[in-house]
Amino acid sequence: MDAVLLARIQFAVTVAFHFIFPSITIGLALLIAIAETIRHRTGGEVWDRMSAFWTRLFAVSFVVGVATGIVMEFQFGTNWSRYAKFVGDIFGAPLAAEGVFAFFLESGFLGLLLFGRERVGSRLRTFAAWMVALGSTLSAFWIIVANSWMQTPAGFRIVGDKAVLTDFWAAVFNPSTLPRYLHTVSSSWVMGAFLMTGIAAWFLLHHRHLGVARASLRLGLTVAFIGAALMFVTGDNSARQVANTQQAKFAAMQGLYTTTSGAPLTIWSLPPTQNPADAPEGPAVVVSRMLSFLTYGSFTAPVTGLDQFPQDQWAPIMPTFLAYHNMVLLGTVMLGLMLFGAWYLYRRSIEYHRGWLRLAVLAIPLPMIAIQLGWATAEVGRRPGSSTA
Amino acid sequence: MDLATIWFLLIGVLLVGYAILDGFDLGAGILHLFVARDDTERRTVLNAIAPVWDGNEVWLLTAGGALFAAFPPVYATVFSGFYLALMLLLVALILRAVSLEFRSKVEAPAWRATWDVIFAIGSFLPALLLGVAVGNVLRGVPLDAAGDYRDGLLGLLNPFALLVGLLAVAMFTLQGASWLVLKTEGAIAERSRTAARLGWPVFAVLWIAATLFSSQDAPGLWDNFANPLAWLVPIAFAVVAVAYPLALRTRRELLAFLLSSGSIAGLIGIMGVSLYPNLVPALGGASPSLTVGNASSSDLTLTVMLAVALIGMPIVIAYTAFIYSRFRGKVRAEGHGY
Repeated sequence: MDAVLLARIQFAVTVAFHFIFPSITIGLALLIAIAETIRHRTGGEVWDRMSAFWTRLFAVSFVVGVATGIVMEFQFGTNWSRYAKFVGDIFGAPLAAEGVFAFFLESGFLGLLLFGRERVGSRLRTFAAWMVALGSTLSAFWIIVANSWMQTPAGFRIVGDKAVLTDFWAAVFNPSTLPRYLHTVSSSWVMGAFLMTGIAAWFLLHHRHLGVARASLRLGLTVAFIGAALMFVTGDNSARQVANTQQAKFAAMQGLYTTTSGAPLTIWSLPPTQNPADAPEGPAVVVSRMLSFLTYGSFTAPVTGLDQFPQDQWAPIMPTFLAYHNMVLLGTVMLGLMLFGAWYLYRRSIEYHRGWLRLAVLAIPLPMIAIQLGWATAEVGRRPGSSTA
Repeated sequence: MDLATIWFLLIGVLLVGYAILDGFDLGAGILHLFVARDDTERRTVLNAIAPVWDGNEVWLLTAGGALFAAFPPVYATVFSGFYLALMLLLVALILRAVSLEFRSKVEAPAWRATWDVIFAIGSFLPALLLGVAVGNVLRGVPLDAAGDYRDGLLGLLNPFALLVGLLAVAMFTLQGASWLVLKTEGAIAERSRTAARLGWPVFAVLWIAATLFSSQDAPGLWDNFANPLAWLVPIAFAVVAVAYPLALRTRRELLAFLLSSGSIAGLIGIMGVSLYPNLVPALGGASPSLTVGNASSSDLTLTVMLAVALIGMPIVIAYTAFIYSRFRGKVRAEGHGY
């Protein structure tokens, strides 16, 4: 095992561990801000206790998120110094902007929200909650800008031994920034909402903190349902961006070796191998022509396969395929669960469906697993390069 | 003034902001085992920094990002060269964050005592390590032909850098003591006052020692002082630093804290004046020093970043000031807090 591989593993572990926390905080921040707004409007004492409870959980995740985020930022210098020199002209700016526009906002107003409950009025407290939500949502923007630039670089040219910025807005809004940002943020809402729903369900099952639990379940479940549905919209959008601008990655995600007109959508199959000759023959669930339709809106449109790219530029196909397909599968499971939940909530019978409540507790890690699989798809899928178009 | 020099100054400003703000909560962490004896007192100290400490740490994150954006080769050389020292710094910062969040969540005295010690170590180490890192940058680092530093952690532990490390510890401790004098009352405040009174001469002696030693170990740092204007910075620093014990004795607590903050700004200012135009002076001659001239990003990047700073930082400073003003006054152990 060489040092570069070790450094890759180290960075992957750092990023994967780090992202657990921002995805929770981005989601919870929105939920807390909504809860604070309801509290401000209605003066409801339950919402007051509820927002206090979730703000404490938020604070723990936020602190660990900041601490692990500094590790991530530092590793660009400590482990990837050649990369840092090569892309510093472009790559550093979003990291700095993230601090200036997002983290100060989030951490400053979080202090007010956590420790200033007696020192500020109701209106200002609600404002602080929204500022925390804004800060956390903006922080995701700048880091996605940096990562998307690694996926689909734009607004630069290579001068000598480094990449030099030529167009800031083109670099910021490179082809993959917005689709990936929306997908990331909506997945974080789902994460926060599943956490809230699951913990509320656990309280209800154990007859504890019933007031807070009922309010949390209502809010969490509503956002989880909307968020899970939104995931499919943003996910579809994101997949089409990949199909249009990162075709080699898209082919690896779909396990498509040869360019095909009217390509089928593989729902499930044995994972494809790196060498097409070894590709497994076996049972598979496919919808014919669906991939072409979902991607290009036409049942006959050609979808570029791996055969259009030299074999040494293929991403590791099996992990990319597996990560992508399991992410979609999990997303479907999550939407199904919340569909039932939303129906029970609408019928006001949710507390009697103890089986569903138990499932909701068990489902807490699902969005996190799906998010990690999504990142694996994005990052493994763009190998072998550090930055690749 | 060219863009790269403006960014040299702005990164200095971010570092000053970091040292002043995180300085007081690191200092409070270094001191809390000594100035706070029981659980109520410990929680009072934690509550004195609770609402603001992680916001203070964001200054480090932003300074790191700005350094990366404005001077990528410096970021690359310093961060990969000082690898182990920085990893140790990160471990300390993580342990510190975790100990703050975890300590008061469980009642058991042994649990709390353990996290208190970790919190103290996690506050002491960053101060020392940042000081050692800055000391090495000031002194210059041996760079090979590829512009890399390869002498490892032991190479960083030279006498001058260690002296600067201790100076940083003294500076942050003094800042922490000044904050606790301002924010607490009774026994904690009195003990913090004593710490500040005893700490100041230590700080002064360490500064004089480092200054004298630099003329032997890093004579290049004196080049800019051929210009008489450069002396304004150390003179301002000296005035502020000398006024500090007077303010402390006359119990003007806010003034003392501001003077302590001012001496931090002055000290970093002296370092900036000594370094300029270098960012990382190279020793050994295999590779040129990294300077504002040869290590900066393109003008477009620096301009964009300047726009970000000019739009963003006034807003940041405004709401930070507002939040601090909401928390003005003495803190106690009870109420919302740790």
